[in-house]
Amino acid sequence: MATEVKKIVLAGTDDHDLTKLAEYEAVGGYKALPKARAMTPQEVTEELITSELRGRGGAFFPTGRKWSFVPSKEQIPKPHYLVVNADESEPGSFKDNEIMSRVPHRFIEGCLITAHSIDSKHVFVDIRGEYSGPYEILVNALEELKDRPEIRGDVTIVVHRGAGAYICGEETALLESLEGKRGQPRSKPPFPAISGLYASPTVVNNVETITTVPPIIEMGGAEYAKLGVPNTRGTRVVSLSGNVVNGGNYEIAPGMTVRAIIDELGGGIPDGRELKAVVPGGSSTVILTKDEIDVGYDFDSLGQLKTAMGSAGIVVLDDRCCIVQLGIRFSEFYEHESCGKCTPCREGTRWLTAILRKLEDGRATQADLDLLLDVCDRINGKCLCPLGDSDAIIIASYVAKFRDEFIAHIEEGGCPFGGESSLDHVLAPIAMHTHSPVAEVPA
Amino acid sequence: MSLYEAIQDVRAIYPDDSESAVLPALRLAQAEYGWLSPDALREVADALETTPAYCKSVASFYDQFHLVPIGEHLVEVCTNVSCAVVGAQQVVEAFEGELGCHAGETSADGKVTLRAVECLGGCGWATIVAVDNHYRTHVKADDVPAIVRELQGVSETHGD
Repeated sequence: MATEVKKIVLAGTDDHDLTKLAEYEAVGGYKALPKARAMTPQEVTEELITSELRGRGGAFFPTGRKWSFVPSKEQIPKPHYLVVNADESEPGSFKDNEIMSRVPHRFIEGCLITAHSIDSKHVFVDIRGEYSGPYEILVNALEELKDRPEIRGDVTIVVHRGAGAYICGEETALLESLEGKRGQPRSKPPFPAISGLYASPTVVNNVETITTVPPIIEMGGAEYAKLGVPNTRGTRVVSLSGNVVNGGNYEIAPGMTVRAIIDELGGGIPDGRELKAVVPGGSSTVILTKDEIDVGYDFDSLGQLKTAMGSAGIVVLDDRCCIVQLGIRFSEFYEHESCGKCTPCREGTRWLTAILRKLEDGRATQADLDLLLDVCDRINGKCLCPLGDSDAIIIASYVAKFRDEFIAHIEEGGCPFGGESSLDHVLAPIAMHTHSPVAEVPA
Repeated sequence: MSLYEAIQDVRAIYPDDSESAVLPALRLAQAEYGWLSPDALREVADALETTPAYCKSVASFYDQFHLVPIGEHLVEVCTNVSCAVVGAQQVVEAFEGELGCHAGETSADGKVTLRAVECLGGCGWATIVAVDNHYRTHVKADDVPAIVRELQGVSETHGD
């Protein structure tokens, strides 16, 4: 499979500084916008449906269909809102960081076209508070448009900064946060398309999704749909990290194998180590063993292995990684980030951490392993949002695929890595929270 | 511009009957005072015509708001998996050694607060260290002494 792909999202960034308006316009930027505005909103939405673009935030929902759910102003006489989810916080994913930093104007053009398509005058970009760099770049790019009313039209774009909470990447938690509240998910329905921001019809899209809109309008939905593989059209910006020589973001043709992404784009595993496992789409996705990486990086192929592209964060793990410790570190993350609204997640995530810790410390028996999977079952599918589910799903996948390693922790009375694991004794933020008592697993 | 005026400006961005200005207002107050003291929360609440309790309930949800005083500088080391497998823990320990305090604490001179934090979204450029909210990439334990000297205001001496 060829590694070269014609870039769409990051097109032009190799030779140009596209953070500058003049350079973006020199490579044909802001040409899709008048083209879209000459079309009716319905025609733009149709074009997106034709393109088969699906959401790049993780849920992979068809973008055009999502837009088509927004009721007309006759049906619901309220303002329509476009909210861009720039709250990228999934461990392993950092593509939106780079997209906003390198093609801010293409992103803004996408916001303006989408606003036209859903008949919205108000765009809120909800960017995670930690992203000071991309925030400043976006603000500067918007500043450059101050004297360009023909581009801005009558649309206002507000860049709203979060303040550090993974859960705000969940779309209804993001809306709560944007309304000045604690970022706790809402129960659905109603869905945001009907009752979203300020109880008004709202479309929530991811940064990469929005940035893909101008090229689709430019080339036409039908052309875009010729790229990629069935169910995964166009390109995908993947984030590569972990034990790999060249970490970074790469725009790939869907269907390229995970092995090729790691070896050809990432330069393979450093230090002469062996591959052990790959987290394919951010921390929330089912793990792949080293024998499963000839899978194509697309929705259907990964789906056959019961995993997903998620938010395209590929984390490469070499043979020094203890899988129980991997479970602990990710579970500590979900425990720390659980908003506390629903019990299975709030209690379950810390039980998972505690049981895994017991395994790691050599205090566990077979019954604890059974309890671990039982807690996974008691979380999965029983929460308002996918946060708790994610912890349950991944831990269950670690046990399913690396059961021998879990058993070894029980039989050898501790970690078989003997302190040599790459994740040994990593300090997680949750451990700094001394004020909250931690659940003890009964002996 | 006073904090009150700055908050009114940010308030004007959002619809009249919304609380959307709470997060930006808390951010402004924290920039002004370094942390969100009870007095700062009251000032924000007054400016937004809400209660200090509401402001605190919101602030306490988010990691970036400080409800206790912090040092002049904030050093945050990502210790999530992508950073951890390439040495984030060694970076944390190097900072602890240089600063003479544990993660979660402030150095005795009050200059630097050290924290371990969850994924900062720069995984391919690990280890990520946010110094006063700006990312340093590819940080190794060996880089830590120079960063600490920089924050302590000691000018870097060149050469070996």
